Amino acid sequence: MNELALAVFASESGAHLLRPPDTARWRRHLRGFDAAAYERRLAERGFRFTADLPPLLRSIHDPPVGLFVRGSASLDVLARPAVAIVGARACSGYGASVARSLAREAAAAELVVVSGLARGVDGEAHRGALDAGGITVAVLGCGIDRDYPAAHADLARRITERGLIVSEYAPGVEPAPWRFPARNRIVAGLCATTVVVEARERSGALITADLALEEGREVFAVPGEITSALSSGTNALLKLGAAPLTCAADLGIEPPPDEPSPLLDLLPATADELVRRTGREAAEIARELVELELLGRVSARDGVYRRGA
Amino acid sequence: MLARAVTHALVGLEPRRVEVEADVHETGLPAFAIVGLPDRACAEARTRVRSGIASAELDFPRGRVTVNLAPAGLRKEGSGYDLPIALALLAASRQIPRDELSRHAAVGELALDGRLRRVGGVLAVAEGARRLGIERLLCPPESAPEAALSGVRPVPVAHLAEAVAYLRGELDPPEVHPVEATDAAPLPDLSEVRGQERARRALEIAAAGRHNLLLAGPPGTGKTMLARRLPGILPPLDDEAALEVTRIHSVAGLLAPEQPLVRTPPFRAPHHSASTAAIVGGGPGIRPGEASLAHHGVLLLDELPEFARPTLEALRQPLEDGVVCIARAAGRAVFPARFQLVGTMNLCACGARGDPAATCTCTAQRLAAYDAKLSRALLDRFDLVVTVPRPRAAELAAGPAEGSAAVASRVLGAQGAGYLRRAPDADALLSRAVDRLPLSGRGRARVGRVARTIAALAGADEVNAEHVAEALAYRT
Repeated sequence: MNELALAVFASESGAHLLRPPDTARWRRHLRGFDAAAYERRLAERGFRFTADLPPLLRSIHDPPVGLFVRGSASLDVLARPAVAIVGARACSGYGASVARSLAREAAAAELVVVSGLARGVDGEAHRGALDAGGITVAVLGCGIDRDYPAAHADLARRITERGLIVSEYAPGVEPAPWRFPARNRIVAGLCATTVVVEARERSGALITADLALEEGREVFAVPGEITSALSSGTNALLKLGAAPLTCAADLGIEPPPDEPSPLLDLLPATADELVRRTGREAAEIARELVELELLGRVSARDGVYRRGA
Repeated sequence: MLARAVTHALVGLEPRRVEVEADVHETGLPAFAIVGLPDRACAEARTRVRSGIASAELDFPRGRVTVNLAPAGLRKEGSGYDLPIALALLAASRQIPRDELSRHAAVGELALDGRLRRVGGVLAVAEGARRLGIERLLCPPESAPEAALSGVRPVPVAHLAEAVAYLRGELDPPEVHPVEATDAAPLPDLSEVRGQERARRALEIAAAGRHNLLLAGPPGTGKTMLARRLPGILPPLDDEAALEVTRIHSVAGLLAPEQPLVRTPPFRAPHHSASTAAIVGGGPGIRPGEASLAHHGVLLLDELPEFARPTLEALRQPLEDGVVCIARAAGRAVFPARFQLVGTMNLCACGARGDPAATCTCTAQRLAAYDAKLSRALLDRFDLVVTVPRPRAAELAAGPAEGSAAVASRVLGAQGAGYLRRAPDADALLSRAVDRLPLSGRGRARVGRVARTIAALAGADEVNAEHVAEALAYRT
């Protein structure tokens, strides 16, 4: 269990290590380290450690020693086809809705959605995947026991119902600014594709994109308004040659075949018109319209239901 | 010589004992004074009592006559003191036995020919008498059934001469039995509403759960028509509620003589020019407002945004607590006001929004100003919000729809349901909705309440996802 000792040592010393250093401090740490007891303590708190990295992540030039894992899902989740959706924390409504609907469609197409649990685009990406009943993975830039930001504690809990939260940092490690770029290499490393939804000129999301490009992964940027500071980073990526992403199909996924709903063909219409044309109860129609609304397939305005979100 | 009669003044709905003392000095200069803080109508009793006594072929006492309404600090309002004043005067001048009078309370207005006219608040006066252990109440015949509700024995007297004859023991007035309400005028029926399936359904849910309902839509789509049909599908009032409502309506003078006990939930629809005091109650005499008159019934505020903002905000207390507390220099009164609020509004100031046949001419500022007329806090009180679109010609040509009676029986059936728990799938759907829709914590609670009513209407054992889904369709 050399890797676990090394991962804990790296976490505690704050050093970025790929192999054991030749120092007295490391030897002292290794001598005093009881791997079995540490693993037991991890398990008691609902955590795991794995040094068995998925192939994509292992192939980056500085992979972590191993990953601490929260959530009971199988570790195979990390090896499944995945897309990273990242972007600004202070995103606009546009960024939030794009991140969410993109994640929803990706998850519906069985892609694992990977992001960083941050506010803004990251959080929306996780939520979108959960909306679609899909699997999502959050990569933390702090100890595996921390919910950062705290406002996302509930989101984190929901992620671990079917997905995983991972971190290269042992429990107890505080979030620090320099750990987030390091975290981003894992986000990019887990995925064959990275999508930057919204990013300022000097954004962590752009670091993720750079790392992905260095590893030869595909990078998409969502175009934004040229006057919006929030889109300056993504627009700059586009100028550099990143592929623009304007719909989920750009990711190479087929939109999931929508369950046919006879109501959709009757739109636009008021609820009452639907009642009359289908001959069904008003209560039933109301239920079905709400279900379609929650799926983003219809929306209502001034009493008239239309297709689309 | 001195004589006393007993009656009651009302502070809000609360009866306060008032002793009418009459003192006759036969040797003094002829004069007739009423003291003890009477209002204008009460002070004018002088003239009516004088004529009434003369018309009954009795003698108006000669000399200096003083009537004191005690306690003197309590304001006396209205014409109901005419009868006790006349009787006290007649007792003071030895025309009727004093001890017989002291076993009765009295209320009623005198006509110049000596006949008795009904006044408001007789039920509360009778209840006050009963509390004092006085078992008989002299009152106009029209008020007798109302007085009988309190448990006192009303003595219906049509004329002052009749009252005098009765007190002298020369006449046995007929006993009065509490009458059950006869059939009220038929309420407007739901079968007259064509189309509007969603709004009808919302109306049914609102009735079953006593939820506040907001109907929004372009003018002429039947919002008011629908709202007016809500009382017709509400269950009749139980005994206690009926008595509470009757008491309030009695004080306001709204009771119909042929229907002494209000059994149908009241329906009040004040115009939007109404003042705050008219809606929540108050005024110099601390009278119940529309909110209290709609107690256990429906308060319809047609064209909700046209009401003055302070008036609407004043409704938040009764909506929350079910009572209105009115404090004035003259006193403090608590009126019950547990009403169901139904509001109607257009979707914009010009009214064309939501109407496929018209184009809205509102500017963005005007739209924003219209939306801002209703505070978030007030909108939060509406559990059900339904947009009522304009019906197409085809709907209007359709045959009559289900009548009120059928809906009312379903509503009544739902009342028996106990507290229904939410199933896990219902919780999951609610959480998903909070995530996906602009739904606040309060909004979530509202949807939960409405879903419970829908489950009760369906006769379910617990609240399922389908109930929550339907409830979500009527959110703000």
